Amino acid sequence: MTSLLANFRRWQFWLTLIGLIALVIYPNVASSYLISLLTEVFVFAIFAMSLDLLLGYSGLSSFGHAAFFGLGGYILGFVARNWTANMFITLPIVLIGSALGALIIGFFALRTSGLSFLMFTLAASQMFFGIAIKWTAVTGGSDGLSGIPRPTIGVGDTVYRFGTGFQFYFVALIFFLIAFWLMRQLVHSPFGRALIGIKSNEARMKALGYNTWRYKMMAFTLAGVFAGLSGYLFAYFNRHVSPETFYWTTSGQVMIMVIIGGAGSLTGPALGAVLVRLLPSYVSSYTERWHAIMGLVFILFVLFAPQGIIGLLKKVGRVSNSPNEP
Amino acid sequence: MTQLKADHLHKDFGGLTALVDVTLEVKSGERRAIIGPNGAGKTTFFKLLAGEHIPTSGRVYFDGQDITHLPVHARANLGLSHTFQRNNLFFDLTVFENVRLAVQHHRRLAWQMFKSAGSYQAINEETEKILSQLGLSDHRQQLARHLAYGQQRSLEVALALATEPRALLLDEPTAGMSPAETAEMAKFIESLPRSLTMLIVEHDMDVVFSLADRITALHYGQVIAEGSPEEVRSNPMVQEIYLGTQSAVKRHL
Amino acid sequence: MPLDILVIQLLNGLVFSLLLFLMAAGLSLILGLMDVVNLAHGGFYLFGGYIGLTMIRWFGSFWLALLIAPLVAGALGLLLQVWFLRRLQSRHLDQVLFTFGLALIAADMLRWYWGAYVESVPPPPELDGSVLIMGRQFPVYRLSLIFFGAIVGVALMVLLDYTRIGAIVRAGVSDSELVSGLGINIDWVFVGVFVLGTALAALAGVAAGPITNLYPGLDFEILILALVVVVIGGLGTLRGALLGSILVGMTETLGKAFIPEFSLFVIFALMALVLLVRPRGLLGQKEA
Repeated sequence: MTSLLANFRRWQFWLTLIGLIALVIYPNVASSYLISLLTEVFVFAIFAMSLDLLLGYSGLSSFGHAAFFGLGGYILGFVARNWTANMFITLPIVLIGSALGALIIGFFALRTSGLSFLMFTLAASQMFFGIAIKWTAVTGGSDGLSGIPRPTIGVGDTVYRFGTGFQFYFVALIFFLIAFWLMRQLVHSPFGRALIGIKSNEARMKALGYNTWRYKMMAFTLAGVFAGLSGYLFAYFNRHVSPETFYWTTSGQVMIMVIIGGAGSLTGPALGAVLVRLLPSYVSSYTERWHAIMGLVFILFVLFAPQGIIGLLKKVGRVSNSPNEP
Repeated sequence: MTQLKADHLHKDFGGLTALVDVTLEVKSGERRAIIGPNGAGKTTFFKLLAGEHIPTSGRVYFDGQDITHLPVHARANLGLSHTFQRNNLFFDLTVFENVRLAVQHHRRLAWQMFKSAGSYQAINEETEKILSQLGLSDHRQQLARHLAYGQQRSLEVALALATEPRALLLDEPTAGMSPAETAEMAKFIESLPRSLTMLIVEHDMDVVFSLADRITALHYGQVIAEGSPEEVRSNPMVQEIYLGTQSAVKRHL
Repeated sequence: MPLDILVIQLLNGLVFSLLLFLMAAGLSLILGLMDVVNLAHGGFYLFGGYIGLTMIRWFGSFWLALLIAPLVAGALGLLLQVWFLRRLQSRHLDQVLFTFGLALIAADMLRWYWGAYVESVPPPPELDGSVLIMGRQFPVYRLSLIFFGAIVGVALMVLLDYTRIGAIVRAGVSDSELVSGLGINIDWVFVGVFVLGTALAALAGVAAGPITNLYPGLDFEILILALVVVVIGGLGTLRGALLGSILVGMTETLGKAFIPEFSLFVIFALMALVLLVRPRGLLGQKEA
């Protein structure tokens, strides 16, 4: 059994290495369209994993996660158009801005639990949407903010400009890897275990002395920060941010990624992001009705495979690995 | 020295009165049992001490500090721990993880966000120690929900002990256990350090009379008798209430 | 501000409040009874409105539309409840996820069939025209909606408070196990309430058509407001839904009239305030 596990670990290591090499080679051989597709996948994978911190790990059913995705994008849009596109400056501003947004929303949302929490978070994101549409002077109204400059990085006069899609691909890849690694550390840390404990049985956590409210606030804030980061990257990527980023369908899309991939594992939602962002480009004849098809697939997963693809894989793996298990 | 004190506790639920003017003092290191027939208010009283209910009037003190309105987690952090009448575990986590959650909080490491939980040797060792004390070592990788009922009951107590409380509130620790398991659990509770203050709500009179230093009897939400096991046993009111209903008590009377 | 404008706006607010109440009542009852937020509720509203529009186009009768749309939506609700939601009965979050998927499908399908443009709905000719209120024109249709909403509202209250079925539903809201224990088939109570809720949403969709028009996105606009109503009023209580509807309806109407950029923010602030003071809503008994 232990050797099997060790084998699996080694296998996983090699797979990761090969995957990384492939991701580095990919933009050198792929067309610019395919490069931009994968860039988008990285961005949405961060977004999906951040929602999973709430949905899969803490048991907080947030249905308005787009609030922070949009917030990250709009803050970047505002700063980059009015001041600078230097990531050394824009990144901390966006991270702090999303954290503050999440703290404020979380403060009220966590007064409630369960369904009220769900309704509150959904309503909160729609409120952001409403403001983005109507507060034209700052948000550009329904057109959003366009003409966001390409990102730069540097201090003083030594400034590097990520001018092409090829270069931005690597920006997104690096952010994805860092975010994945940070969240992975987080969910395996004592803090992450505590979140799982809260999802499993909050009353017992309180009896053990955990101030569960603080843990949930922290989880909500961290998830908001990572969602803000993905929205930030998305705005740089499109050089545009629109009210759509706040809209409920955006929350819906990321929710679908998490559920289809499998909540409670970071790889699942990342996988979900791959499927949800890539498939529509390949099944072009269906793209017209893409939302309906996604909704349908989503419903099928909810009905028949609530653990998502990761859950299905685990089931298959368990069957083939240990046929004698009762 | 008084460690736990209930001062004129009164609890109404809507129009129903569950507890009337209950006053009680438990000394440090004392083992106190609360007995009474069903509906006597034992569970309500327990929940007022544990912090799951707030009394309608009256106060609760722990080490002289007024904790009447303190939330559950704050009481636990003061060293007042409690178990649940119905097993209240992390059913979808392993036995090891159940206990580790308690240990990592007690060791003040639960806010660590970066290193893997498994890399904290101190947490691992203490978790193992507690598991072996309760005979759960062999089941460490099992999900709590897959344990036998008696083992779940042990885990219930293990979680409360893992926070190293100074006072432990036990709500029917042997509820639903087989006679053999009950005896084992009683022996285990008996073996806990004498310095640990305990308050036990318990139906099994064998357990009560073998463990308790003092006994308080509740009836219709009021204290009707309090004293050493012998005194309570010979109290005419207690005898009257239990006569003919609970054979276990009669045997002891 | 001149008094006449204020009065007119208050009347508009009342109209909108009552429409919201029709939406929120079903949402709240389903929530209280089945522990499910029906996120497709806005979809049923818009679906009802569009069905009504088509009925008016086909048969030229608003009244027929008002009758048919709730029936069609109710029938659809029946099928969805019996075929799917029931399968997920013990998995509350999955039920909500299911309705979320449904909302996505509905939004797309409605856009597909009825188009992405704003469709206006003519009011019934009998109620076309306006009356003078404090020297200002006020549409007769809106005025009659106040009466219509009030009648439906009172009927609902009577149904819930004074009939045996209502008593069962109320008992189910506070404790569904208890109801099963009485030998009542709770499954059919669920079905009944779900169908009633969807039919009410469709009814509101038709009735509101001449005022709000119909367009993609209206489903979630109205759903969000109804959710806020339920959070403010409390889960599973009709009186809470009524109180919440009036608060939200008035705030929305007055907010839109005087600070259009932040009308949603004001409603949101109202909800946050209520949560601070009473996390279970103004008249709520039950924790979500």
